[in-house]
Formats: sequence, C-alpha cells, structure tokens
Amino acid sequence: MTYPIEKIRADFPILNEKIRNKPLVYLDNAASCQKPQAVIDSLVHLYSHDYANVHRGVHTLSVRSTDLFEAAREKVKSFINAQSEKEIIFVRGTTDAINLIAQTYGKANIHAGDEIIITAMEHHSNIVPWQMLCEEKGAILKVAPMNLAGELLMPEFEALLNAKTKLVTVVHMSNALGTINPVEKIIELAHAQNIPVLLDGAQAIPHMPVDVQALDCDFYVFSGHKLYAPTGVGVLYGKQALLEAMPPYQGGGDMIRTVTFEKSTYAGLPHKFEAGTPSIAEVIGLGAAIDYLNSIGMEAIAAHEAELLAYATEQALQIDGLKIIGEAKEKGGILSFTLHKIHPHDIGTMLDSLGIAIRAGHHCAMPVMDFYKVPATARASFAMYNTKAEIDVLMSGIRNLIEMFG
Amino acid sequence: MFEDLRDLYQEVIFDHNRNPRNFHVMENYDRMVEGFNPLCGDRLTLFLKLDGETITDASFQGSGCAISTASVSLMTEIIKGKTQAEAEELFHTFHKITTGKSEDLQLEAVGKLAVLAGVREYPARVKCATLAWHTLDAALKNEQQSISTE
Ligand SMILES: Cc1ncc(COP(=O)(O)O)c(C=O)c1O
Repeated sequence: MTYPIEKIRADFPILNEKIRNKPLVYLDNAASCQKPQAVIDSLVHLYSHDYANVHRGVHTLSVRSTDLFEAAREKVKSFINAQSEKEIIFVRGTTDAINLIAQTYGKANIHAGDEIIITAMEHHSNIVPWQMLCEEKGAILKVAPMNLAGELLMPEFEALLNAKTKLVTVVHMSNALGTINPVEKIIELAHAQNIPVLLDGAQAIPHMPVDVQALDCDFYVFSGHKLYAPTGVGVLYGKQALLEAMPPYQGGGDMIRTVTFEKSTYAGLPHKFEAGTPSIAEVIGLGAAIDYLNSIGMEAIAAHEAELLAYATEQALQIDGLKIIGEAKEKGGILSFTLHKIHPHDIGTMLDSLGIAIRAGHHCAMPVMDFYKVPATARASFAMYNTKAEIDVLMSGIRNLIEMFG
Repeated sequence: MFEDLRDLYQEVIFDHNRNPRNFHVMENYDRMVEGFNPLCGDRLTLFLKLDGETITDASFQGSGCAISTASVSLMTEIIKGKTQAEAEELFHTFHKITTGKSEDLQLEAVGKLAVLAGVREYPARVKCATLAWHTLDAALKNEQQSISTE
C-alpha cells in the first residue's frame, strides 16, 4: 500500500498556514508535533457535549467524561501493549513522569552509596531529577559514554553495572542526535543483575511501534504533545508489581480510598498516582491521537520517516561546510547539524523567513553540546506529514543562506 | 531570497561577524566580565581598560551568532573614549531602540549601532543584540564576574 501522504497532510489544518507569506514547512517536530483535525475535534466535541469532572459525579456528564477518559487509558494500554490499564498512569508529560519515579520509586529504593546509570545523550529531564535525588540521598550518578557517531558504548555501559546499581534510565531515541539506543540489549544486561530499567520514550513513541511487554522495560514514559496530542498530558507506564510497591506521589483528591484526620488509605492503581483533577480533555485528545495513528499504522509511519531521513541525510552531505551531528547507524528522523561559521540561531531566523520552522539551540541536552564542542546545533526533525519536497525547500534555503553569509 | 531579512541582517552586521573588531584577550585589563545567554549558548568575555571615568580600551572574546558578535564588536568600537556615564546612557538608548518601546526611536543618538534596530521585529533575537550591553553594564558597575540574560 502506498503511504497516504496527501490525505495525511489534509488532516492537519495548520499545514495550510502561510508563514511570512510562504507555505509553512514544519520541521520542529521533535520539540512538539502539530495536531490532526481528529484531535482538535475531540476537544471541541468534549467541551460542546460531554464535559464534566471525572470519577466524581453520578450525573450524566460526569459519567460520559469518565467513560471517555478511561477509554483513552485503554487506548494507551493497547498502543504500547501494556498488560493492564492499571499500569497506565496519566501525568503532565515526560518530565513529570520522570520526577514522579524519582520521588517515589527513587526515594523508597535508592540510598547512600547506591548508583543510578544514565547515558551521555540524555535530555535534561532525565538528568536533573536524578541529580536532585542523588544529592538528597548521597547516591551516585554514573554516565555511560558514547562515541562520536552518537552511539552508546555498550562494553562501557555493561562495565558500569554492579551490585550497587539501583536503576538504569536511558533515552530510547535521542532528541539531540536521533540515535535509537539498543534498549533490548540494555534491558537484558540490566535484568541479568536484577536492575530495573526506565526508558524515556518522548522521541521514540511517535516514530515507531513500541511494545512494553516485548521490551520488558520496567518503566516507559512519554509526552502526548510529541504524539500529535494536546500539551499537558503524558504517560507513565510501570510494571504493576513495581507500581503497587511504590509510595504515592502527591496527596489529594482521587488518590485516596478513605480519609480521616488521623489517617488516610490510598486508592489502588492507577488512581494512587493521579491526585487532583487530571487534564481531562487532553487525555481524551491523546486517545483521539492514538486512534488516528492506528488508522495509518506505526509501521507505515516509521517507514515513511526512515525514507525522509535517508533522503535528507544524502542531500545534506552534499552541502559544503555542513556537518551532521549524530550519525548513529540506528537513527530516527532527526537531522542535527552545524554550518561552518554560521551560528544555529542565524540559521533558524533565516529559514524562518522562508516559512521553515527548525529548532536552533542546545535541545535541552547541554552535555551533548559540550561533547561535540558546539554551543548549539540546528535541528530539522521529521513527522508523519513531512515530504521530500519540504526537504528540498530546506536544503535550498540552507544553500542560499550559506551564500548570503559569504 | 531573504528579502524580508534585509532590515535584520544588514551588510554591516555580516562585516562585523566576518571580521570582529577588538577581538582579543586584553592584558592588564581593569574589568573583565563574562556574559552568557543560556538560551542559545552565546558566551562572551568583555575586557575594559579604564582611566578614571574614561573607558580607554575595550576588547572581547567568545562565540555567538552574527547579531551578538556584530553587537559586541560595534560596542567595543563605540565605547572607546567615552566616559562611563556616557556608555551607560548609550546602553539605555540602545535598549530602547532594540526593544522598540520608545515612540521616537532616537536612531541618530546611537550612530552606527542603529543597524541593530532591526531586532525589534524579532523578539526571539533581542537578547542576542543586548547581551553585549548587559555585560558592559555589569562591568561598569563592577558587581559580578558573570552575567546571564535569563
Ligand atoms: C528525549 C526527551 N526526553 C524528555 C523530554 C521532555 O518532555 P516534556 O517537555 O514534554 O516533559 C523531551 C522533550 O523535549 C525529549 O525529547
């Protein structure tokens, strides 16, 4: 079957926008993705017909909202092939999920002298919460190194594992480099020593099929907004036994069974970790995004994006003075690059004047920038709706701005 | 191709970006302050030599985008020979022309620096132009060793 690119593009109303009088070429998908009409409609429909608070009322609207909300949990469960919907905790996003794990699982299980392993290519959100925990507990953060291509050095990673290691937490796909880490191997090595593994799936989830049972990861976290869903919703998947054993995170409404002034007892999974009114519409929007993605198929999306990346890489290599940052063999749709003597921010502003949206900066991965000894990179990142024609516009823009800088 | 950008990237800016003026480490400086823009990773170190009230020499080191490099390069040229009070005055005027808050833009009051007024239309780039001046301000007040635009 051919990939229905025309239909997909028609499903994203923002792709009709003109930016500075030019057709929008949106290549900042790793920062956040645009939303299909189906997701936008799900919000409008909810607020127009079905909205009320969830889990709280016997009235009709509360029941409708609760049903839609819990149906979204079921969709997430199937999408990542979790065993039970009890394993799907709705949070605000990847950052929120990692902090939750650090503050509950981390606080309960990681003590002075224990070690946590991350990699050299983590997003700040998978560094800082662990640094904070280590500081508080007197634990030690170990960083598995990578090579210049941006690939994790597996022997060095393996050598870091030991009896003091209490958690391995690794980015599934790097937002700064595009590297897809060998997570199956990482999990196998860690599990051989009974060490749980957390995968930061923020970038991987929109670009490939993810099966948490096949992976056998202990935690998997991602953000809705990078998966064509609204902001303000994310998912924390955790194996049920681990989640059961963890203390609750925030206290409040919805996460309790009974409350007296002397003592409260907590609700079961998943509600134990969902204190307070959740992002109701956003969760339901995430369900709509998953329905939409399923209608196209994650395999098809992955194949389309792999083709875009191969084409963009081949084109980019022909440009004098362009250096690709991140050349891992296993790589997702991210082209991070620098141009000789032209700062990424100038690249970003110049491309914007042509209607092209890319990211220029450190991508919340300052240690990666330090590793490559660059202050920042320019990054084009691809999504299900991008085309080769758009990559041609990008490449022509790059050639022209190089000429202008002289 | 980049017609819309002509106000932002004037030829003077490309010139200063290619050949920054006063781009060297200063021996025997009186003030040295580092400026850092965490958003884009721009870093510069500003050196000043003072004779009483007067700035007798200025130089810088560092790396940044064309706007920030041109801004600091132009600044080091223009402040040489000025009194500290005059430099502070220029900072305030420059701030006004780049943030566009004042109605009459007083472009003539800043001389060559007027080429940077184009950032007004690009809110995301204003800090690139003003980093140099915030660093100078800190150097003149002799308060800190490093400043950040955040
Ligand atoms: C790999 C990775 N991890 C974590 C995050 C943080 O996601 P959020 O800002 O949605 O919490 C991002 C988003 O930039 C990311 O790319």
